[in-house]
Amino acid sequence: MSALPVTSTSVAVRLAHVTAGYDHRQALEDVDLDIPAGALVAIFGPNGGGKSTLLKLVADLIQPWSGVVEVLGEPAGRAARRIAYVPQAELVDWSFPVSVWDVAMMGRFPRLGPWRRPGQLDGDAVALALERVGMAELRSSQIGSLSGGQRRRAFLARAIAAEPDLYLLDEPVTGVDATTQEDLMALLASETSAGRTAIATTHDLAAAAEHFTTVVALNQRVIAVGASSLVLDPDVLSRTYGGHFLVLGNQAVVMDDAHHHDSASGGEQHYHERPERR
Amino acid sequence: MLAPLTEPLAYDFFLRALVASSMVGVVCAVIGSYMVLRGLAFMGDALSHSAFPGVVLAYLLKGPFYIGAAVAAVATALAIGWVTRRGNLRGDTAIGVLFAGMFALGIFLFSLIPNYVGDLFGFLFGEVLGIGLGDLVALVGLAVAVLAVVAILWKELLYTTFDPLGAAASGLPVAALDYLLLALIAVTIVVSLQAVGIILVVAMLVTPAATAQLLTRSFGRLLAVAVTIGVLAPMVGLYASYWLNAASGATIVLVETAIFLVALLFRLQVGRRRETLQPAS
Repeated sequence: MSALPVTSTSVAVRLAHVTAGYDHRQALEDVDLDIPAGALVAIFGPNGGGKSTLLKLVADLIQPWSGVVEVLGEPAGRAARRIAYVPQAELVDWSFPVSVWDVAMMGRFPRLGPWRRPGQLDGDAVALALERVGMAELRSSQIGSLSGGQRRRAFLARAIAAEPDLYLLDEPVTGVDATTQEDLMALLASETSAGRTAIATTHDLAAAAEHFTTVVALNQRVIAVGASSLVLDPDVLSRTYGGHFLVLGNQAVVMDDAHHHDSASGGEQHYHERPERR
Repeated sequence: MLAPLTEPLAYDFFLRALVASSMVGVVCAVIGSYMVLRGLAFMGDALSHSAFPGVVLAYLLKGPFYIGAAVAAVATALAIGWVTRRGNLRGDTAIGVLFAGMFALGIFLFSLIPNYVGDLFGFLFGEVLGIGLGDLVALVGLAVAVLAVVAILWKELLYTTFDPLGAAASGLPVAALDYLLLALIAVTIVVSLQAVGIILVVAMLVTPAATAQLLTRSFGRLLAVAVTIGVLAPMVGLYASYWLNAASGATIVLVETAIFLVALLFRLQVGRRRETLQPAS
């Protein structure tokens, strides 16, 4: 009988022989993956390669068909209060009547529980989070009036306000300006250097190479895991994308369609904004 | 001068109707705000219609209509949620099938009654001026219960309405909250049946929240505006129906519809003014 904890605390996320999918369509097959605590991880791969599916397994939004998912030393779902999940921008109804402040405050709701109202402590945490993402001045703006980059900042503020040990971000840098991308990644880097873990899916290979410490190449299976320079390895790219990429000079260009949902899972709504009538 | 306002107050039935319809207006506005933000307007219509067989059955068995309506509406609400989740059908498809089926069952049972009576007719179109003291007490009790649940869980309901994935990932029981909201909608409909009837209750749920959505962009103010309309419209409607000798439920709904149209015109006007102030870029 050992008094030592069963799972090592240095592993934030562990997937063992995980197969998963939606209805009858398989998205991941026999995935083995260990992500150490404090890592800043990008998951890349083609559409339908299972990036979002992997993130949802870790968030316990879907259950694996087989295999085991452990998160923060516990079975997936048990440590939910220590997780902050940021969905794809397309899954958010931007016309919803909430301000930037309201969105960030939602990060505090799970820890408050049903009976307690947000108090001073929560207000301070939200104010600090908005300060850190550079949205303090826009705190009263309705979210639909924001630019794409500002919207991402508001959602990252919600995640920061939750004070999680694990950040899960679905396409956080897709469709945002370069400054926002730099700022968001600098924030995530400072969070991970404080021992928290961040896992993001991305289509942007340049961003993956530049801003993440670890990358995972995923196409139904884990193709490769390693330092961020992996995304520039033609061999890894060809095995991940199956030849749908070009090498121009020393830059790899992936030929992939632009619309980046990789799963039509049950009950999800996608919001495509109507262009404003002028 | 105030006689047109004070004269009807001399009648107990009018006072009871004022209290009942305002209470209905408040609880409908609150639940309707969540419904509109979730795109559940059609669901409201479906649940009210599916309460009908419960009402008829309660009438046949001489039981309280509240119980029959509540059982039928809550069962349909849960069945719609279940069929959508498990049957792999779109939500509106499941709603369409179950709602029409339940309403048909109601009409079927209704047609079996040898000489069908005005009482049941009242449930289709509302008869708030005929509400008795016992029914009023039950109505207020149920309405307060619904509002109490929302007062406890407003944050959780808001988060799961806005971002179900983020809420679920951070540990909120999203499926349970979805079912709870459906049950609250069903109870709200039961509360409203006597005031506006099965056919028109969807207007009480949706119109105040939809009006508020045109006028405000924060959730707190949306609730406040919707509740204000929910209280005032039944009062105006009841007085109008008293003096015009018109159907009370329909008059209340028409007042809400009129407020909505004014808000819509206001919104369009503001939009046009913005266009002229800001040259097109």
